[in-house]
Amino acid sequence: MKCSEFLALLDDLIDDSLTPEVRADFEQHLRGCSHCEVILNTTKKTIEIYRSHEIYDLPNGLRERLHAAIMARCKKGC
Amino acid sequence: MAIIQPIAGELEPHPDVALVARVRGGDVSAYDTLVRKYDRQIFRIAQHITQNREDAEDVMQDAFLKAYEKLDQFQGNSKFYTWLVRIAVNESLMRLRKRRTGKMVSIDEEIETDEGSVPRDLADWAPDPEQNYNQAELAEILRKTIQGLPQGFRIVFVLRDVEGLSTEETAETLNLSIPAVKSRLLRARLQLRERLSRYFHRKRGSEK
Repeated sequence: MKCSEFLALLDDLIDDSLTPEVRADFEQHLRGCSHCEVILNTTKKTIEIYRSHEIYDLPNGLRERLHAAIMARCKKGC
Repeated sequence: MAIIQPIAGELEPHPDVALVARVRGGDVSAYDTLVRKYDRQIFRIAQHITQNREDAEDVMQDAFLKAYEKLDQFQGNSKFYTWLVRIAVNESLMRLRKRRTGKMVSIDEEIETDEGSVPRDLADWAPDPEQNYNQAELAEILRKTIQGLPQGFRIVFVLRDVEGLSTEETAETLNLSIPAVKSRLLRARLQLRERLSRYFHRKRGSEK
């Protein structure tokens, strides 16, 4: 497997949708290619960081205000 | 009361199915539950697209009101959440169009296709690199980095990786083909990774 082939299937590896055979090819490539190992690990970390950190917080006060406005209009039939 | 068919292939109907049926039957409090369940996600998605807090507030209200008004048109062959996200994405894009009068805004904007190029940056990251920054600094880095992505990549990344929609749901929500979603997701992930490397790379001489 070449680096470009590795990259083309990177998302399927991250999303765990590879067949066992292709996964084995991947793992073999990874053992000999530190470049692709760094790309795989740091791409996984990128996703994890964005998933686990709230970058657009909805403060409770604002949330309640918006919520009250929505429900008031729904009750009136919008 | 309207009966909504469960999503094909699922053994148990999604809990939203019963809530939607209650709303259709006139129970507004069931809609209250749905709003509380999804308001943070809808607000986040609107912020990511409009990149403006006031617009995101308006989009959140408009999306929930529109969903309420159009609930009769909800077929139940997709999840309520996916349907709601689609409304919120469209409202967000409309808001952007108003802001940039005369300029068309779509999720196809600013898409370059450099399919298959191997990332240049080889620097490995420090272990737990986010620990080198406090919460506010980290949030700022993450915001700045994702805001720099082309819009068409950013929306796909947010829906797939942040909000947890499947590839198929993302494609349906954005009216894109599945290969288009996959291609944009890969480019988005790699571009974010490369941009974050500026902040998170392992310091020279540091073995830790």
